[in-house]
Amino acid sequence: MSDYTFRFSKSDRRLVAILIVIPMVLLFIGVYGGLMQTLFRAGIIQSDPFVGGDYYKGLTFHGVLNAIVFTTFFAVAFGNALIPYSLKMHLNTKIAWTSGILMLVGSVMAAIVILIGEATVLYTFYPPLKAHPLFYIGLTLLVVGSWVASANWVPLYLRWRRENEGKKTPLAVVGIFTTFIVWFIATLAVAVEILFMLLPWSLGWVDEINVMLARTLFWFFGHPLVYFWLLPAYVMYYVFMPKLAGGKLYSDMAGRLVFMMFIVFSIPVGTHHQYMDPAISSQWKLLHGIFTFAVALPSLITAFTLAASLEHAGKLRGAKGLFGWMWKLPYFKKENWFFAYLITGLIIFIFGGIGGIINASYQLNTVIHNTAWVPGHFHLTVAGPVMLAFLGGSLYMVGQFMNKTIRLKTWAMIAPYVYTIGLLIMSYGLKIGGLMGMPRRTNTGASYANPDSVLYQADWMPYIDLTVLGGSIMFIGIVIYIISFFTTVFSKSEVPEEDAVVTFPISESLHDEPATWLRNFKPYIIIAIILIVLSYTPVIYDVLQATYGGSLPYSPDSPVPLR
Amino acid sequence: MDKSEKLALGLSGLLLVLFFGAIMYAAVAKDIDVPTCITDMDPFVTDTLFQTGPDTYELQMVARMWAFQPSTVRLPVGSTVDLYVTSQDIIHGFKVEQHNINLMAVPGAINYMRVTFNKPGEFMYACHEFCGAAHHTMAGRFIIEENDEVTEMIGGSL
Repeated sequence: MSDYTFRFSKSDRRLVAILIVIPMVLLFIGVYGGLMQTLFRAGIIQSDPFVGGDYYKGLTFHGVLNAIVFTTFFAVAFGNALIPYSLKMHLNTKIAWTSGILMLVGSVMAAIVILIGEATVLYTFYPPLKAHPLFYIGLTLLVVGSWVASANWVPLYLRWRRENEGKKTPLAVVGIFTTFIVWFIATLAVAVEILFMLLPWSLGWVDEINVMLARTLFWFFGHPLVYFWLLPAYVMYYVFMPKLAGGKLYSDMAGRLVFMMFIVFSIPVGTHHQYMDPAISSQWKLLHGIFTFAVALPSLITAFTLAASLEHAGKLRGAKGLFGWMWKLPYFKKENWFFAYLITGLIIFIFGGIGGIINASYQLNTVIHNTAWVPGHFHLTVAGPVMLAFLGGSLYMVGQFMNKTIRLKTWAMIAPYVYTIGLLIMSYGLKIGGLMGMPRRTNTGASYANPDSVLYQADWMPYIDLTVLGGSIMFIGIVIYIISFFTTVFSKSEVPEEDAVVTFPISESLHDEPATWLRNFKPYIIIAIILIVLSYTPVIYDVLQATYGGSLPYSPDSPVPLR
Repeated sequence: MDKSEKLALGLSGLLLVLFFGAIMYAAVAKDIDVPTCITDMDPFVTDTLFQTGPDTYELQMVARMWAFQPSTVRLPVGSTVDLYVTSQDIIHGFKVEQHNINLMAVPGAINYMRVTFNKPGEFMYACHEFCGAAHHTMAGRFIIEENDEVTEMIGGSL
């Protein structure tokens, strides 16, 4: 079943390439913003030397472009590539392009209002800070575009099921549909928040907004969002990595079980971001905490299954003993550069996962909530395994879909290692700083890290300096990647256009059980909906019950409301 | 599912149950909890501090762009404070250094936590939710003194 090729239409190939190359430019603007964050926080700069504006504007475009725009585009491009490839069927090209254009227009719109300083609300856009209406409209178009793209895959899947009765759906397809089922349910809440609350309020059609309700709807979306980021990376880990390592996936059933568990437990967990919030009873927070522990289980299964797959690959490569396989994997083979992106991400995810369990641990969250620990943590997840898998996947896909040979493979192979070293240093600085009380989302350079300020905190300084060091190394890693990426994009194709075909490294399974109970999404979606209703009804009730008054909109520049 | 998979699954489950048990132990036996839903308190717009018992105080704190009211609270060692916090404009939040107290201040809602100060010293709290252009200057402190008699609030609206 593996190693086959599929011929996409020229238009479909071009769309996948566009959905990767344009967001890569936006990603690089966001990455530049990230480097500036570390310099701001250390007090090295007071305003952005190129884009202009303060730390908070930079933080907004860093978060929106990297965590929302780049990731959504990649997930859609990945689905547009892997669904037709795995099912050996062609997409409806018109619908695919419509979705791509909606997403591009929305993202560019949001990016422009952020860059001109009209939407300095960070990527969580909590009211009553108000952004320009075009910011909310842009985000809506991005989300709607992604819905259209995923709706385009459904008829293919249904037809494949009819024509292949009794056969197991390819694991990649299961993973991608899982990603978008989670995404669809989660984005419904943020759609309600934006369309019925934020947008009319920002346009001035309604005066006041219930801040706690908006915040709760945001986190209904905000935590499953992290699985929307993570799941395409999981698809690459399960489907590509064993093959790239020279082995097989240890257990196909484990992969299917993991994906179904994500459908069930990804969403009824959002209140664990609101442990320190008012207006929600602690027992409902605890319930969301329990479900969060449940959603840790598929990641623990993944850790086992992937390690077992790599062990199998290492033994096939001649490894002996209990741990010998670790030294036999193709870490530094330039021809196998893609493996480097996946293995570095997995190593980082060990720390990311441990941090996640700490954050989820109810009253332990008191110690770290909204401190620098939190960005320290999520850079080890979304800016670690997710980012690295997406970068590797992007480079692989531009090669395949633009019909190019990957150039500068040594650069491409070394970039994730450089980035990983920087990331571990930066996150260590943020996490320890956070434990000492350093707040997140704060321009420390202008107060806590400024020796002339009454607020100066000398004991935070070594950790702030570590974030500058780590952030700079991460930036160098990304520059190395970008050079290799665009050298490939702008290189000449070696294969004539008519012969252009696409292939993906699809792994075989070592243990391939029938797993009939994991073959249908429907029961798992129903369980998910039941859990969501059970876990969110009392939370929403509490919020409506305990809040009073509404909030007028504010600009970040003045303590006087805008009307 | 082979033997090693079953073992891994069992151990993973056990690990999570163990962690969860620790959480329940802290909540039930040690009474360490997270903020809950407060409905029996009238909304307040000004800050107040008053003594409710020999070592107990109630503090109503208001967060606003860009200051905490009060910004300095002076209390004797051993004080237990019932701390209520709200915001009069946008979302703020704070954590008190070296103490297990971390609260979001959200407009239209009252948040609550109890904290005991067992050692003398100065403990800063910095606003930890982005609240606009001067967010990084929004901070305050508890000053905990050995001397029994002092209680004072500075920077409030009194």
